[in-house]
Amino acid sequence: MALLEVKNLEVSYGLIKAVKGISFEVNAGEIVTLIGANGAGKTTIMHAINNLIGKDSGKVIFDGKDITGTAAHKLVKIGLAQVPEGRRIFNELTVYENLRMGYYSKSDKVRFQEKIEEMYSYFPILKERKDQIAGTLSGGEQQMLAMSRALMSDPKLLLLDEPSMGLSPLYVNNVFEIIKKVNGLGTTILLVEQNAKKALSIADRAYVLEIGKITVSGTGNEMLNNDDIKKAYLGG
Amino acid sequence: MEYIINFINGLSLGGIYAMIALGYTIVYGIAKMLNFAHGDIIMAGGYTVVVTLGLLHQPIVAVLFAIIFCTVLGVCIEKVAYKPLRGSSPLAVLITAIGMSYLLQSLAQIIFGSAPKMVLDYLNLGVLGKGAFTISVSTIVTLSCTVVLMTALTLFIKYAKIGRAMVAVSEDKAAAKLMGININSIITITFAIGSAFAGLSVIFYFMLTPTMSPTFGAMPGIKAFTAAVIGGIGSIPGAIIGGVLLGVIECFSNMIPQLAPYTEAIEFGLLIIILLVKPSGILGKMKKEKV
Repeated sequence: MALLEVKNLEVSYGLIKAVKGISFEVNAGEIVTLIGANGAGKTTIMHAINNLIGKDSGKVIFDGKDITGTAAHKLVKIGLAQVPEGRRIFNELTVYENLRMGYYSKSDKVRFQEKIEEMYSYFPILKERKDQIAGTLSGGEQQMLAMSRALMSDPKLLLLDEPSMGLSPLYVNNVFEIIKKVNGLGTTILLVEQNAKKALSIADRAYVLEIGKITVSGTGNEMLNNDDIKKAYLGG
Repeated sequence: MEYIINFINGLSLGGIYAMIALGYTIVYGIAKMLNFAHGDIIMAGGYTVVVTLGLLHQPIVAVLFAIIFCTVLGVCIEKVAYKPLRGSSPLAVLITAIGMSYLLQSLAQIIFGSAPKMVLDYLNLGVLGKGAFTISVSTIVTLSCTVVLMTALTLFIKYAKIGRAMVAVSEDKAAAKLMGININSIITITFAIGSAFAGLSVIFYFMLTPTMSPTFGAMPGIKAFTAAVIGGIGSIPGAIIGGVLLGVIECFSNMIPQLAPYTEAIEFGLLIIILLVKPSGILGKMKKEKV
C-alpha cells in the first residue's frame, strides 16, 4: 500500500503555475526520488506536501489519512518529517538544541535520549560539537544536523530536499550512505535531488520532472540505463 | 553619595523601561511586528489597578488583576487584530497596531473620562535612610523585582523547550513548522509574556507617577520602545541594556538643573545618534536578506 499518495497536485506562485497536475506515490519501505533540473518544481512539491505553501488543487494522502489541508506543524506528529532545501538548521541554537527541536512534537524523555544517542552514532561529529552554536558548523556538518534533526521524530516518511547540495564529494557519499542506512532501518524516503546519478543509484523508483510535469518514471536501474535520462541528467 | 542614590534610582527606572521594552522586543523578534498598542496595554493595566484598589483596597490583588487583565487583553488583541493580518504587508500590521492603540485610548476615555485620576495612596512604601542618603523603598522593590523577572525570563528562553522554540520561530518559521512547532501558539505565548510584564510594570510606574489618564501608557510606551531600539530590537539583553541606559540618563539629567528641561530631548537624541551610528542597535544583529 502506498504510504504517500500525491494526486493531481497543482501549485502556483502568483500567476505562474509551478506544478501542473502531478501524481505519484511512495510505497512503505521504498526510496523514491524526484529528479529534474532547477525550476522543475521539486522543492515546490516538497513544500506543498508539508503544507508550507498552499495548493491550487490536488490531494495528498499520507498513511491512509487525507493531509491535503492539515496544518504543517501537525504532520511531524503523524510521522511525516522533512529536511528542507538549504538545511534550514537553527543557527542560533546549539547542535543539541536543534536535535531537541526535532523532537518537539514528542515528550517521552527516555526515547529522546535514545534518539539523541542514535543520531550521535550516525554522525559522531555532532556529539563532539553538541554544545556548539549550529551556525558555526561547516556545510557538511549542518547537513548531518538537518538530517538528524528530522530523524529525531522517528518519521515513517522522510522527505529530503537536495541533501547533497553544497557538500564536498566526501560528504555527499556519506550522506547517501546514511540515507540508505536510515531506509534500511525502516524509514521510507522521498528524495529530491539534482545529483541524479547518486539519487538513482540508491532509489527503488524514480520520477523525472520537467517544468512542473512528470515525464518519465521507472525503477532506479531502468532510469540509470535510459538513454534520454543519461543525456539529460547524467552527463551522457 | 548623591550620585550613587541617583544611579540606583536610574537603574530602577531603567528596570521599568526594560520591562516594557521586553514586550516590544520579544513580539518584534517572534511576530516581526511593532505592537504600538503595547503602551496602551499598560494604560489598561493602570485602570485595572485603580478600579480594583477602589473596590477592594488590596494592592497585591490589584497587581495580580492588572497582570491577568493585561495578559488576556494582549492575547485578545493579537487574535482579533494581528492574527488575521499574518503574512500581509508590515505596513498594514503597523497601521493596525496604531489603530488599536487609539481604540484602547478612546475606550478608556469613554469609560473613565479624560480627567486624570489620582491613584489611592496605597503604593507609598516610605523611604530608607536619612537626609541626603534617602532612597525610597519602592525603588528597591522595583529594582529587585525587575532583576528577578529578567533573570527568570532569560533562563526560560535559554533552557525551556518553549523558550528554545521561541528562538527557533524567530529565526525560521517554516523550519519551525517542520519541527511540529505551532507558530500561532508561540506567538500567543509571546504576547502573553510581553503583556504580563506590561501589567506588572504599571504598579512600579504608579510608584513614580500616581496619576492615571487614558494617555497614561503613551510616555512609558514610547520611552520603552526607544529603549528597545537603542538596545537592538529583537534582543532581550538589548532591551535590558537600552532600558537601563535610558533610566540612568533620565535620572542624571533630571538631577542637573540646566539639563532637566531637556531630559526627554536628550533621551530621544540618543536614539537618533544610535540610529545613525549603529542602526541595528547596541546588541542588534544586521539582518542578511536571503534571496
